[in-house]
Amino acid sequence: MTKKDLRNFFKGILFISPWLLGFIIFTAYPLFSSFYLSLTRYNVTMKAKWVGFENYIKLFNDPLFWKSLKNTLIYAAGLVPIGLVVALGIAILLNKPMKEVAFYRASIYMPSIVPAFAFAAVVTWFFHPYLGFVNKILEAIGIPAPLWLSSEKWVKPTIIIASQWGVGGAMLIFSAALKDIPKELYESALIDGAKPFTMFTKITLPLITPTILYYLVTSTIGALQIFDLPMLLTNGGPANSSLSLTMYIYRHAFTYVNMGYASAMAWVLFGLTAIFIAIYFITSKRWVHYQY
Amino acid sequence: MKKFYIVRRALLILIVFIYLLPFIWTLGTSLKPDRELLEYPPRFFPENPDWSNYAKALKKFPFLMYLKNSVIITVGNVIGVLISAPLVAYGFSKINWKGREIFFGIMMSTIMLPGAVTMIPVFLIFRKLGWIDTFLPLVVPAFLGGGAMNVFLIRQFFNTIPNELLEAARIDGAGDLKIFFRIMLPMSKPVLALISVFTFVGSWNNYMGPLIYLMSEEKYPLALGMPTFMSRYGTYWNQAAAASILTLIPTIVFFLFAQKYLIEGIKLSGFK
Repeated sequence: MTKKDLRNFFKGILFISPWLLGFIIFTAYPLFSSFYLSLTRYNVTMKAKWVGFENYIKLFNDPLFWKSLKNTLIYAAGLVPIGLVVALGIAILLNKPMKEVAFYRASIYMPSIVPAFAFAAVVTWFFHPYLGFVNKILEAIGIPAPLWLSSEKWVKPTIIIASQWGVGGAMLIFSAALKDIPKELYESALIDGAKPFTMFTKITLPLITPTILYYLVTSTIGALQIFDLPMLLTNGGPANSSLSLTMYIYRHAFTYVNMGYASAMAWVLFGLTAIFIAIYFITSKRWVHYQY
Repeated sequence: MKKFYIVRRALLILIVFIYLLPFIWTLGTSLKPDRELLEYPPRFFPENPDWSNYAKALKKFPFLMYLKNSVIITVGNVIGVLISAPLVAYGFSKINWKGREIFFGIMMSTIMLPGAVTMIPVFLIFRKLGWIDTFLPLVVPAFLGGGAMNVFLIRQFFNTIPNELLEAARIDGAGDLKIFFRIMLPMSKPVLALISVFTFVGSWNNYMGPLIYLMSEEKYPLALGMPTFMSRYGTYWNQAAAASILTLIPTIVFFLFAQKYLIEGIKLSGFK
């Protein structure tokens, strides 16, 4: 390294030092610490006691862990693809010069910035089995109305449906990606006599695959950590059928103060997230196009 | 093609209606007199709006106390992010140093780390510092990096500012700090507005953080205080709805103020 390189290196480190400090305190150290804790029994009041893989073995035999894991996977399997279709669909509808676009966009984005508790309250009233808006309408058209949040079978679908009000952020990102596609591509396709559907599958879709990859990664990470809505709506019920993995971790960490056991569960969640992301990135070579 | 336009507009109006429905419904509920709450068939807006629900909500919920706490936490977060994220982004964008890509890669990969993994040790750190039941755990982290996603967005924006501009300033004798404050920050207003919105909304609505770190109710922000109270007064939907509307007002004002930056600020094309 020359003197100038060295100076630039220190300058770079100096500028990123706020992040570097935060990274060490809030990420690097906690990462090791939480793995260590996962191999101990620790209830905060006493010193952590080394137990090896006991927590992980206990997880295998904990039916509630399996249930929360299954619930979490169902959430992700619903939230990610449905959110993709809804967010991308709306972005495509908005991707035409219209005077009122700003109004449409703002209105659709609005629910995604509503505090979770206010949104949860609205969802509760909306899907209330007897008094709620949704069932009144279903009754009016003669469809047998489910109990939604009070039903073990329907509680997860209800949360997945309700979450679609929050796709505003993803919609904005897809809007930005669609805006980046050169107009000439469509014009020349139109001259060649291409149909709208062909233009979508041959131009739009391939060109936004990087954004789709981004969406898949971030929304899967988010869905695997779902917490606010099931916590506020049902507190995990009925009969733990809406309990997510993060909620179960929270319960063990802060209600039962089983920090070791909760850490082991957090590592399972970590592994699960890593598997999903690895799958996306490995397959992405085949379906993500970076060139125009 | 004209037909498509009409269909498209009709579809969009329907979608907008569905997305605004929760607000319309909540607004209507907040104006309903008690006896109209369980009315069948349900009506969006009552015939005689009862504005007293707002006064009752303000009286019943310690709304202003929660509001004050929310403001402290949120303003702290926005300031923290606006100070720290652009600095870090500058280090990752406009200074050429060995190791930059490695550190940037590490930062981006932290986005994939589930919060639950670090939640417990971070709680234990704050506990050791004696910060539990204070606002510090909810504010201080914002000053340390300002969030990988925010840094990424600002860096993308910085990359679009030509290096020639910086070189010219350097020849005139400007140091990096001067370039940062005089050139980079003023030019980056759209993206800074965007991350202010994201930070404001994220912090204003944060539910899990206060749930973990705060114990005494007089320190609760709205996001945590309101559900606690609402479950106690669950049957008074109209007052709870009025309280919800009151909570939304700051978010909506902030959003309207910043919304013109929303699309301009998003430059993800470099995400690879």
